[in-house]
Amino acid sequence: MRFVFKTDYDQDIRLLKHSGYWWSYGALLAVLIAFPYLVGSYLQSQIVFVFIYAIVGVALIILTGFTGQASLGHAAFLAIGAYTAGFLQSQGISFIVYFPAAAIITGAVGAMVGFPALRLSGIYLVIATIAFAFIVEEILARWESVTHGNEGMRVRTIDFLGQPIPRDGDAFYFLCLLVLAGSILLALNLLRSPTGRAFIAIRDSETAAKSMGIDLAGYKVKSFAISAALTGMAGVLFAHKMSFISPEMFTLLLSIEFIMVIIIGGAFGVHGAVLGAIFIVMVDPFLTALKDDVPVLGASLATTLGMAPDAAGKLRDTMSAIGSAAGLKGAIYGLIIMMFILFEPYGLYGRWLKVKLFFQLFPLYKKATFKRQKTYVKSERNR
Amino acid sequence: MSFFTVDGISLQFGGLKAVDSVSFSVEKGEIFTIIGPNGAGKTSIFNLISRLYDPTSGKLFFEGRDITEVPSHQIAKLGIARTFQNIELFENASMLANLLVGRHCHATTQLWQEILFLPSVRRAEKEHRRKVEEVIEFLDLQAYRDKLIAGLPYGVRKVVEVARALCSEPKLILLDEPSSGLNVEETDDMSFWIRDIRTDLGVTVLMVEHDMTLVNRVSDRVLALNYGKVLASGTPAEVQAHPDVIAAYLGA
Repeated sequence: MRFVFKTDYDQDIRLLKHSGYWWSYGALLAVLIAFPYLVGSYLQSQIVFVFIYAIVGVALIILTGFTGQASLGHAAFLAIGAYTAGFLQSQGISFIVYFPAAAIITGAVGAMVGFPALRLSGIYLVIATIAFAFIVEEILARWESVTHGNEGMRVRTIDFLGQPIPRDGDAFYFLCLLVLAGSILLALNLLRSPTGRAFIAIRDSETAAKSMGIDLAGYKVKSFAISAALTGMAGVLFAHKMSFISPEMFTLLLSIEFIMVIIIGGAFGVHGAVLGAIFIVMVDPFLTALKDDVPVLGASLATTLGMAPDAAGKLRDTMSAIGSAAGLKGAIYGLIIMMFILFEPYGLYGRWLKVKLFFQLFPLYKKATFKRQKTYVKSERNR
Repeated sequence: MSFFTVDGISLQFGGLKAVDSVSFSVEKGEIFTIIGPNGAGKTSIFNLISRLYDPTSGKLFFEGRDITEVPSHQIAKLGIARTFQNIELFENASMLANLLVGRHCHATTQLWQEILFLPSVRRAEKEHRRKVEEVIEFLDLQAYRDKLIAGLPYGVRKVVEVARALCSEPKLILLDEPSSGLNVEETDDMSFWIRDIRTDLGVTVLMVEHDMTLVNRVSDRVLALNYGKVLASGTPAEVQAHPDVIAAYLGA
């Protein structure tokens, strides 16, 4: 186990706290740079989706994990970013301009959504953001002169100062990696400065935050705006990756997937966004494979165990009917969320920290180290 | 004009008068205590001063300035910090982060500077940290810097809350029952610290307290309240000898 001897305040401010960080993040960077040359195009494309989801995850961690404001409307922010990119590109505006423009427009919309957050909290805020997402979905379907309505909209290849960046090329992979790294750096910088601490203060006690001089209204709006702007940037990348966008891509289920990213990854640290994104993006191909393979496997297993061939065929049909039932994906997602909330509220990153501590302390690790304790009751009277 | 004046302040919740035209003034460098039975309106007065409640009538003056209409998040910047009766710390943050939030009213950096973490932000952060370390040293909290508040014992949390209030470099500190939930030894420490806060840091102290030993030891003046009305004020001995105060506590 490493003991860092602190002699300077800078040691608490700096992001790479000791030489171990340089080694591990350096290795990670090397792997990420080498990835496009090592893996096939399918996996590379999945990793690009991991990056895009992770950017949204970082945005949600800033809003939900650190400011304590829940949102089920992030699919709408993604949509606004995506459609801004699609529309501005069709007007002949360059990527260099519409990429930041999408972030700014989405950020402005996010600030507007932030205003109801001043008066709403908890479940009521969630309902308000769902309502916002439905409004956006409806506008996208009806504002045909800009969005082409339900027909959807084609998004052409990025033209980066005359240099095309095709959606399945290596350059696109690196672009997404760069945006993700930038968002993570932004989030970390925010968290080690007064604004980030103000967010945490608002999450833990609004009353105390107020009397410490934190303007609740201002910081809630800031948090919503930053979160929305990051999601808007992810939306631009998403639009180019899909090359076709339509309103039914940005539904409530997508917002729930984003919430899952941070619940599964762990909302208390930025690492969680990346781990959660890996989980969510990879669970879909996994479920698809299960849907195709499990019925066949089950039927052949039943035949070997002595079941009549037509009965086994019936079993296979029943299983594949269950597998392709509408809403099954949602049910499985719901189950995963419940399991994580019940058994590992700190997510995959929390689990990783516990495993790490187990090995650091090896023979001395106590079973009750992370037992959740009852905390003191806090007064909510002055809210 | 006095350093801090409460002038005929009232607070009404529907038909209930929680605070009924209370007036008092606190001089600079004083330790002023408000006592009274449960529900007398002591914490309500604190909530009025930190502007969590709007008074029904009456005015508040701090350093000659009318602060009755100042929004609650600007009170800290004026130099009034407070603690809470039931401890309102930021539970899932380290003690250091809690104390740094106390420095928030002195933050000068802009959002865009913080996102880029410019050298000016780093300098400001180190300056905040230096101030926080002074308070940590003053209240002997060195052992808890990186500990989460959720894992700290009650007695330590109580001190951390005082520390957070001191980090904002207040001119007036409001302590809401600093000794509640503390054992005899911790109460002793608290009484020394309260006097040090006044003598060494020059901060005027306004507190609400039930423990009469502590009140007698530290207070310069005491105000007794019951049902939102002032019963008596004066030195601790005078107030305790006042017939109305005895009646309020023991029943007439």
